Amino acid sequence: MLRYILRKLVLFLISLLVSSLVIFAVLEVIPGDPAQFMLGIGATEATLAALRHELGLDVAPHERYLNWIGGMLRGDFGISYTYRTPVIETVLERLTVSLPLALMALGLVLLLAPILAVLAAHHQGRLPDRMISMISQIGIAIPNFWLAIMMIHLFALTLGWFAAGGFSTWDEGLVTGLRSLILPAFALAIPQVVILTRIMREELVASLDQDYIRTARAKGLSRLEALIRHGFRNALLPVLTILGMQFSFLIAGAIIIENVFALPGLGRLIFQAIAQRDLIMVESVVFLLVFSVMVVTLIVDLAHAIADPRLRRQR
Amino acid sequence: MINRRIAPRLTSVIARKAATVLAAFLTVLSIHTATAAPRSDITIGMQLEPPHLDPTSAAAGAIDQVLYANLFEGLTRFAADGAIVPGLARSWEISPDGRIYEFTLHQGVRFHDGTSMDAADVKFSLDRARAEESTNAQKALFAGITSVEAVSPQLVRITLDQPNGQLLFNLAWGDAVIVAPESIADIRTNPVGTGPFRFERWQKGDRIILSRNDDYWGQPVALERATFRFIADPNAAFAAMMAGDIDAFPRFPAPETLIQFEADSRFRVTAGSTEGETILAINNAAGPLADLKVRQAVAHAIDRQAIIDGAMYGYGTPIGTHFAPHHPDYLDLTAATPYDPERAKALLAEAGYASGFETTLKLPPPSYARRGGEIIEAQLRAVGITAKISTLEWAQWLEEVFRGKDYGLTIVSHTEPFDIGIYARPDYYFQYDNPEFTGVMTALNAATDPAERRRLTHQAQRMIAADHVNAWLFQLPQTGVIDARIEGLWENAPTQATDLTAVYWRD
Repeated sequence: MLRYILRKLVLFLISLLVSSLVIFAVLEVIPGDPAQFMLGIGATEATLAALRHELGLDVAPHERYLNWIGGMLRGDFGISYTYRTPVIETVLERLTVSLPLALMALGLVLLLAPILAVLAAHHQGRLPDRMISMISQIGIAIPNFWLAIMMIHLFALTLGWFAAGGFSTWDEGLVTGLRSLILPAFALAIPQVVILTRIMREELVASLDQDYIRTARAKGLSRLEALIRHGFRNALLPVLTILGMQFSFLIAGAIIIENVFALPGLGRLIFQAIAQRDLIMVESVVFLLVFSVMVVTLIVDLAHAIADPRLRRQR
Repeated sequence: MINRRIAPRLTSVIARKAATVLAAFLTVLSIHTATAAPRSDITIGMQLEPPHLDPTSAAAGAIDQVLYANLFEGLTRFAADGAIVPGLARSWEISPDGRIYEFTLHQGVRFHDGTSMDAADVKFSLDRARAEESTNAQKALFAGITSVEAVSPQLVRITLDQPNGQLLFNLAWGDAVIVAPESIADIRTNPVGTGPFRFERWQKGDRIILSRNDDYWGQPVALERATFRFIADPNAAFAAMMAGDIDAFPRFPAPETLIQFEADSRFRVTAGSTEGETILAINNAAGPLADLKVRQAVAHAIDRQAIIDGAMYGYGTPIGTHFAPHHPDYLDLTAATPYDPERAKALLAEAGYASGFETTLKLPPPSYARRGGEIIEAQLRAVGITAKISTLEWAQWLEEVFRGKDYGLTIVSHTEPFDIGIYARPDYYFQYDNPEFTGVMTALNAATDPAERRRLTHQAQRMIAADHVNAWLFQLPQTGVIDARIEGLWENAPTQATDLTAVYWRD
């Protein structure tokens, strides 16, 4: 067991190192000089040189890479070229929008998908099932930014229930904050809800033919009860796998949704930072995202190993 | 028939209901009368967010769009009509040889941190901008200044190495504002100026809030609070404006929706001019384009009005040289290059390209470039020129086109005011090298006599037009959407600013 954990840890560290190299190399290759971007077309050569020096851009790439990695080992993610504030400060600030948004969207997915799936499976082949199937077909086909724009038009412009976008701080109250995240969370969640509903429905329908459901029914449970108590549990395993993958979709989707709703989250930060060639910001944020995904994967791997002894013995 | 026992209860219920309704009505009424007083806050929409809040160390126009005239002031300033008027300097005297300027400062001016603003601060600010290690994006504005002296607390003397007719204009730029020496360390996040508004809060990615400076030295402003909100997406901007989240969007990013705002009495659509000469820039050193006849053919191949109609929804003034039409010294030279595809073909044949040629058309992100580029590509194709379109981000454009000069054609708006001088720089990305023009510009920079300046300005405009350095398209419009009750916002943009000093709500 210990050897297995050690091997996983070493692999984890190697992957981290490789991904940091890839991130740095990609940003090094794309054209664009941060200093020129900041100073525009009126700047003189001397001014550009002065700014490059100030930002530490006038040292060799390998030295900059080592500085970056060394800094991160000490917990220092660098100073943003454009904002001139510590990267980590900005990231934490943006997470106060992005994290609640992602969690709200995830909550909606976890709440709505099982209900719809059980409903569809219970009425298999009849009207509710067909309705849900049709809605989910449409839901999969609709791009989320278009859905977001339509939601703004309906709920903000026509009905006036919500602001059309933007986000102040949590200082102005929990309700104000949550209210401005409701529409974006729905826009983010709906495409994931419909995908998950379809998958869960398939699992549930398949389970209806299983012996254990028949046994449960024989014990006197109603079809719906059997479905919820026994079928649902078994449908959960594949669902968890898919949910894990969906979390990265939630983050990717957030870049678009945050732009449509003018939300100051992590997605918009990356989007802006790339356009502004705030390289240190992009590098550090992308690295942090890679890091968190890899940590989750590592934990899942180890958990599997604990649950399933066969995995430990594998070479 | 109503049961006798229930009837009294029913009436009392009705009475209570009526009272509630009346109370609600009165509440609504009182709210209504309360809001009838003029509002004293405003929310301004902007597409781009400032990267930081130091106008003296970045080119980003968004910084000035929040802070110019509102928070920071210079010795002189731009007025709404583009005229240069006194700012922190009450008056000035120029020595007969045009080399020494003495500025008399206003009395009792204080920075927002309570410290007083005097000649020493002016010296500090200007010396900082022109220093060796300065990162001022417009350092060229201060070229020629040999010394800045604080003669007395209220008197500043600026000495030049030669006369400069542009000095008062140069000092009006946002890059030349007066900053407090004590505030430099964190000016990027906590700007301290002398203006009628002070910095309150910056919610990064979302908004900047300014509040009224009650100790302002000048004319007090009507607004108590100004919020600048940053909305990059044109659809989101439209929705925020329609929903009433934003009171004014002076540079509205979705021109295709303006017609909807025009039809709505809640809004007023403004169409002003900016300092942005939008040009089809030509690489004067690249293959066939190095030939004057070919560049002239390009000019005749282009239908300016079709581009304005197609890419700008009809907003924009056609230009025929690199000069702002609203400037008193502007010459309308558009008639010299009318849309004439036959003439263009003939010129190409004369130059030896009867069967046309191929070049590149590199387009930066703004919609005037992307939309205009497709129209121009089609217009050029009609006369036999194949322009291969590629779209670039700004950072790429700066590297490839501006610095690398690796392009044939590109579309860009030159937004700096009075920037015809860029044609006197042979290493500029146009690669236009005409010593005669450089001579005219040198004379213009030194001239202080208005009549002489006018003559030279005209000569410069004619000269680049005759050489067809670029194909000039139109002056970039500033189309804005504002709440119909707001008065006093600039419609034109003589500099990139959202001057709120004269803004108020009509009741």
